[in-house]
Amino acid sequence: MNKRMLFLLAGAMSAVLPAIAFAETQLTVYTAVEAVDLDRYKATFEKAHPDIKINWVRDSTGIMTAKLLAEKDNPQADVVWGLAATSLLLLKTEGMLEAYEPKDVAALDKKFVDKDTPPSWVGMDAYVAALCYNTVEGEKLGLKAPTSWDDLTKPEYKGHIVMPNPASSGTGFLDVSGWMQMWGDEKAWSFMDKLHENISAYTHSGSKPCKMAGAGEAVIGVSFEFPGAKAKSAGAPIDIIFPSEGSGWEAEATAIIAGTANLDAAKTLVDWSVTREANEMYNAGYAVVAYPGVAKQVEHLPSDIASKMIDNDFEWAANNRGAILKEWQKRYDAKSEPKS
Amino acid sequence: MNIDLEAPYLPLVGKRLRQESSRDDRIKLGLMAVIGLYLVVALGAPLFIMLSKSLSTYRFDLAAFEFQVSDETGTNWGPVVAADALNQKLGVVTDEELVSSSDGRLAATKFFPDFSFRSPVHYRIRGTTADAAFLAGPTLEKGTEWRDYDSGTFRRVVLRPASSLGLENFKTYFSTPALARSIYNSVLMAAISTVVTISVAFALAYGLTRSCMPLKGLFRGILTIPILVPSLLPGIALVYLFGNQGVFKDWLMGYSIYGPIGIVIGSVFFTLPHAFLIILTALSIADARHYEAATSLKASKWRTFTTVTVPGARFGIVSAAFVVFTLVITDFGLPKVIGGQYSMLAVDIYKQVIGQQNFEMGAVVSVILLVPAILAFAVDRRMQKRQVALLSARAVPYAPKPNAGMDRICFGFACLVSLFILGMIAMCQIAALVKFWPYDLTLTTKNFAFDLMDGGGWAAYGNSIKLALLTALFGSLVVFAGAYMVEKTDGFRFGRSLFHFLAMMPMAVPGMVLGLAYIFFFNNPANPLNSIYGTMAILVICTVTHFYTVAHLTALTALKQMDPEFESVASSLKQPFHRLFFRVTVPVCLPAILNIAIYLFVNAMTTVSAVVFLYSTDTKLASVAVLNMDDAGDIAPAAAMGMMIFYTNVAAKLVHALIARGLLARTQAWR
Repeated sequence: MNKRMLFLLAGAMSAVLPAIAFAETQLTVYTAVEAVDLDRYKATFEKAHPDIKINWVRDSTGIMTAKLLAEKDNPQADVVWGLAATSLLLLKTEGMLEAYEPKDVAALDKKFVDKDTPPSWVGMDAYVAALCYNTVEGEKLGLKAPTSWDDLTKPEYKGHIVMPNPASSGTGFLDVSGWMQMWGDEKAWSFMDKLHENISAYTHSGSKPCKMAGAGEAVIGVSFEFPGAKAKSAGAPIDIIFPSEGSGWEAEATAIIAGTANLDAAKTLVDWSVTREANEMYNAGYAVVAYPGVAKQVEHLPSDIASKMIDNDFEWAANNRGAILKEWQKRYDAKSEPKS
Repeated sequence: MNIDLEAPYLPLVGKRLRQESSRDDRIKLGLMAVIGLYLVVALGAPLFIMLSKSLSTYRFDLAAFEFQVSDETGTNWGPVVAADALNQKLGVVTDEELVSSSDGRLAATKFFPDFSFRSPVHYRIRGTTADAAFLAGPTLEKGTEWRDYDSGTFRRVVLRPASSLGLENFKTYFSTPALARSIYNSVLMAAISTVVTISVAFALAYGLTRSCMPLKGLFRGILTIPILVPSLLPGIALVYLFGNQGVFKDWLMGYSIYGPIGIVIGSVFFTLPHAFLIILTALSIADARHYEAATSLKASKWRTFTTVTVPGARFGIVSAAFVVFTLVITDFGLPKVIGGQYSMLAVDIYKQVIGQQNFEMGAVVSVILLVPAILAFAVDRRMQKRQVALLSARAVPYAPKPNAGMDRICFGFACLVSLFILGMIAMCQIAALVKFWPYDLTLTTKNFAFDLMDGGGWAAYGNSIKLALLTALFGSLVVFAGAYMVEKTDGFRFGRSLFHFLAMMPMAVPGMVLGLAYIFFFNNPANPLNSIYGTMAILVICTVTHFYTVAHLTALTALKQMDPEFESVASSLKQPFHRLFFRVTVPVCLPAILNIAIYLFVNAMTTVSAVVFLYSTDTKLASVAVLNMDDAGDIAPAAAMGMMIFYTNVAAKLVHALIARGLLARTQAWR
């Protein structure tokens, strides 16, 4: 609250001190960052750079990506700040991103930076696949909490698991691509065949399985850590479990849209987005951030999440996404007959 | 020349005498052209772009790529070979695999069976056309220049497909069982929901117009409640009522609410008011003389019902059935929340476009969704030809007589349906006020702190009200004028049919398709209307267009019930059409016009799918916030925002009722 007051005060001050006339640049920034964080990000950045004003356009990852692609021939955004790296990779293959090397990018963990030089996108933080397990409903049904991905295929969980549909949710795809990268095609598909028998529903959003587990609509939600921590703070009787085999993950990242009229301001924003200060800001919600040594433990989450993350190959995932989804839909969508 | 001059004096055999005042006709045609142009720009053109999207296919054009391989020194190059020549020799890629999507990738190493990424061999690749595109890693390369890669990098080279026109997308669609199955599911769900909704709506409308049951005004109010909430809300309510933690879970006897059961119950809930209002309009203007005739002919109750009541409302019933069917088949909010694994066409569009960014396949599904609309249109036209005006200038209004038994049945049924509707709304209200369902049932207002969640907060709520007001004002003007031109103009048959066709289309166009079509059409720098992209104006145009059909049908139903003799009398009295229009037509149809305005208002408040692609920073909307919050799993705040929309619409309805009462007292005294 105090911090918020400070921002308000800062805002008021800059309003009554018109002596320094800034040539204010407006940046249209597309984002999929959680709504609760938007004002904080904007205020913190604008405090550091009062001559640039951020106009957010926010939506979920899927809609934002579709919107950006649909606007390909006449981009409306200057910068994308906080969108899945996989989505940015897709934009890059369409030639939509302006490659730019931010000033202090060398300080970031390498796996959070585009492999090309200069990089087209730079990472902010990561979200990591995790299970949300409802302890109350689990006890009612006499179940034990799973500790690994493999546990999920046990027959006693039949009908109690929800997971995001990889064909409509980025989180769902990071799960599938994570399994395939960990185990190889054959083992991953045979795992999913068995898992499918236990799934009660595939959702369209990645955070929803966790919220469903939190509300007792399901016992186990295959999701990621952020909504788990949030639901737990809200009072959901859940445990957040990181499977022992390791977890797929996705980076949230920043990029400049090619052809922006405000390139200098866009570069300023991207420069700032990789600073220590910015990463401390991301850390308020995300347990893993791109700047090494910054992350502090987030409430309800273990401190060693970074060690659960598998070696994710974004390029492999992007190149094989079409084929994987086609096979997935062939195996599981056609089978999803009405249960009643 | 002579013939032309003499022509007016020749008797026109077998043709109706044209009324005079050709100036009127010209004005009417001019107005029709303006509104027609609006529909073409706001609907026809974007849909055309969408259609062309569904036909734009992607295919790997192997003839467009050439390779060169070096020896182990990496400097001496072998002969230039085209990819299709290599494929003919090796047969590594089948013809089927060449068909792709906009995001298709084909690894270049496929053509080199003895490829090893550790070898010192270098590879060169180039396009033979300027458009041939490939990726080296994630970097897009284009053009006819040779590019040189070591084998480690060449491993990461993938070819991109070239776009062309064709029917491959449709072939792919129908050969994918998971996708094609949705057609059957969607039609089945829509058909069941239509039968149930129309039966219930007809029974209710009949009770309200033909019996003397008490509390008619109250029921009329309650029955229109579902129209005041986004279609996601019944889904949310059903989760709370019958979900795994639901209050009445046991009522389903082990069946899951997620799936067909939930879709049908929810669809009946949200389509009921649409059907009810149309059938009510059709039933409410009855000529008492028909009933008197039936009584004096000693016709039984049942016979009167089947020969007077039903035929009189036939047009309304068919229209209502068409409306309900297409509403269900095109809605994506409800099946998304409650549909479970039961795949539906509209959700498929969502999966294709949002989940996989496959616009082409989304367009294919949209085109398939247009088929029922075109069929419904054909049926509707045939029915309409047989429709005769019920309210002639000599009609006597019908007043029902009390009948204790009948009245009690009607009353009981209305109570039952009302209980169902109120129960759903009450459940949402409770959910919105509870801290953490089902584990912490203390009351809280924290779910109303929208600024802390996805969606745009309270500013979005303000934007929604602005959008709703603008849509109601602009929309009722355009729609009623358009309907009048279609119904009451002579001649120019082809133009009128085309206009009517365009007016019927929006019903069948899923909002999501319309929204996407708008992006493709308006966000094109070559389009002179490009500047409205990202403004409130495009949201208004999109919303008016999206809800054009029902408003148009309401206006048509009202206009149809006016005898064409009014026009004949006016022109024989040498009155210009605008005087007739403003002095007779508008006052007589005022209830319908007000209904159109409020219909547009509440739908602008609740619409989600059409505007979800079109809002910008300054124009976020409350209804989209409901979707986003539910999507993120924040169901309670979603219910809370849904209830805010509901209360706003209730307030709008009350204002509407007040205005209506004041105006109708002046204009409808004759009824």
